Amino acid sequence: MKLTLALAQINTCLGKVEENLEKHLALVKEAQSAGAALLVFPELSLTGYVLQDIAATVAHRPSQEDPIFRPLLEASQNIDMVVGFVDEDSRNRFFISAAYLSHGEVLHVHHKVYLPTYGLFDEGRFFAWGDNIQAFDTPFGRAGMLICEDFWHASPPYLLWLDGADIFIFISASPGRGLSANPKLESARWVDHINRAYASLFTSFVLHTNRIGFEDGLNFWGGAAVYDPNGAEVVHGPYHQEALTLAEIDLNQLHRTRARLPLLRDERTGLVLREMNRILSNQNSKDRR
Amino acid sequence: MPDLTINTDVARQILTGFIRSEINRMGFSRAVIGLSGGIDSALSCYLAAEALGPNNVLAVRMPYKTSSNDSLSHAQMVIDATGVQSKTIPITEMADSLIACFPEMDHNRQGNIMARMRMIILYDQSADFHGLVVGTGNKTEILLGYTTLFGDSACAINPIGDLYKTQIRQLSKIMGVPQPIQEKPPTADLWIGQTDEGELGYSYAEVDKLLYLLVDQRYTPAQCVEAGFSETFVRAVVERMRRNQFKRVMPPIAKLSNRTVGYDFLYLRDWGT
Repeated sequence: MKLTLALAQINTCLGKVEENLEKHLALVKEAQSAGAALLVFPELSLTGYVLQDIAATVAHRPSQEDPIFRPLLEASQNIDMVVGFVDEDSRNRFFISAAYLSHGEVLHVHHKVYLPTYGLFDEGRFFAWGDNIQAFDTPFGRAGMLICEDFWHASPPYLLWLDGADIFIFISASPGRGLSANPKLESARWVDHINRAYASLFTSFVLHTNRIGFEDGLNFWGGAAVYDPNGAEVVHGPYHQEALTLAEIDLNQLHRTRARLPLLRDERTGLVLREMNRILSNQNSKDRR
Repeated sequence: MPDLTINTDVARQILTGFIRSEINRMGFSRAVIGLSGGIDSALSCYLAAEALGPNNVLAVRMPYKTSSNDSLSHAQMVIDATGVQSKTIPITEMADSLIACFPEMDHNRQGNIMARMRMIILYDQSADFHGLVVGTGNKTEILLGYTTLFGDSACAINPIGDLYKTQIRQLSKIMGVPQPIQEKPPTADLWIGQTDEGELGYSYAEVDKLLYLLVDQRYTPAQCVEAGFSETFVRAVVERMRRNQFKRVMPPIAKLSNRTVGYDFLYLRDWGT
C-alpha cells in the first residue's frame, strides 16, 4: 500500500490562532491537490511556540463545538491531518498537544510528556506534563505521535513501538542552535541523526516536521524528513524556509524489512520489564546509578 | 585550542532572515545603522542591506572632532559598496556643549557622552526614516561589557550579538566588507590613539577562545587554566564578565504586586505578530 504524505514546515503567528488556522486550511487545499492522504503540521502550529503568558488564552478543545477545530475537522473529511495546539483539559490544565484528525473525527490526542525546562526552554513553567504514550489506529495502519523533546528521550518511541506503532509521527518547534563550521546547525544534525536511528532501530517509518521562522531572536530550522524502515531517507525538506514537502511511502516496506531484520519479533519485552522492575526497586539503594 | 569557525552560509541566511522577520513583525520595513567605519557596524550594514534592500537602510556617520579621518572614509566605503542611503551628522557641537560644563571631565565620561549622543541621533533618525535601529555590538564586547549602556548598545534588534569578534571577521570577509576595514585594529575611536585591544589588555583572538570555553562550552575557570590559559588572564576575564552583568539585563523592578513586569508578566516582543 502506497501512502502520499505532506509535511508542512510553516511559520506561525505568535498567539493569533485564527490567522494560523487560515494558513492550515490553505495548506490542506495544497496538499490535497498534490494527492496527499496525510498532512502533518509542526508543534504548536495553531499558536506559535514561545507562548509564555499567552498560553492560557490560546487553548482549544479538539471537538466539533470548537470554532477552530470545526473547520479543521470538516477539512479532515478529505485528508487526514496532524495539528499542533494548546489543549485545556476539563480541570484547566494546559498541555502542548497534537491531534490526529481523520474523516471528521479526532482519532487521538497526545499531550507532550517531556517539557524541556532548561537552557533556552521554559515549557514546564507554563504547561502541564502529559501522562500517556499510546499508539492508535489510522486508515494507514497503527501510528504514534510525539512532540519534540518527547523523542529526545529514547523511551517514548520505544513504548509506541511496543504498542504497535509502525508509523512514528514526530512534530517539533525546534530552535536552531549550535552554529559551527558544519553546514547543518547542531540541533538539526541531532534530530536528523536520532530520527534516522529510530527508523532503523524500530524498523518503522519516521515522519518529522518542524516549523520555520523566528520568534524574537530564536530561529526555527524546518528540515522536515521521512525515513523508511531501513533507515533510508525518503525525503528531506529545506532548512529555514517554508515548504510543503511531499513523499510517497510504500507501507509494504515494513514486511520486507522485518522479514530480513526481525528486531520487533525478537524484542524481549519480558526481560525489559523484569530488569526495569529490578532497577526501579533498587532505586533507594546506595549504588544506584 | 577551540575552533570558532562558523559556517558563513548558515549564519548569513539566519541573520538576514532575522532582520527581515523582526523588523517586519514590528510593522517596519526599514533600518537605521550608526556606521563607525569599523568592522562590526560594517557587517550589520551589509546584513541589513541584503535583508531589506539597500534603499531601505539608512547609514548614519556621526563624527566627533577628534574622530579619525579613516573612520569617515571607511564608513563611506561601506555606503558606496552596499548602496545604502546615508547621512553625516557631526556630534561635536552637541557633545561639547555638555562637556564644556565640566572642565574636569575625564575621557571615559567624554566617551560615554559621545556614545549616547550618537544613540540620540540614531533614535531620532529612526523616527524620521520610519526604520528600526539595528545594533552593532558583538558577543565579545557584550560579554566583556566593553560598551556604553544606553549608548552604542542601544538598538531595536541586534543581528550580530551572538558572534565573537573572530567570527565577525570571518563573516565580514565572506560578505565582502572592504579590506582596510577588515584589517585595521578595532577601536571605539572615542579619543586619539585608542584601540580596543590596548584598552582591554589582550587581543580579541585570545579572549574569544577563552570566552568560547567559558561561555559556550561551560568550562570552569580551573578547566580553562588546564586548557592552557594563564590564571591571571582567566581571573580577569571572569571578573570583568561578572562585573558587567548589569549592562546585559533590563533594570530590575522592585516587586510589590502579584504580577510584575519582568518576573511574572512574560511575553515575547513578537507577541501577537
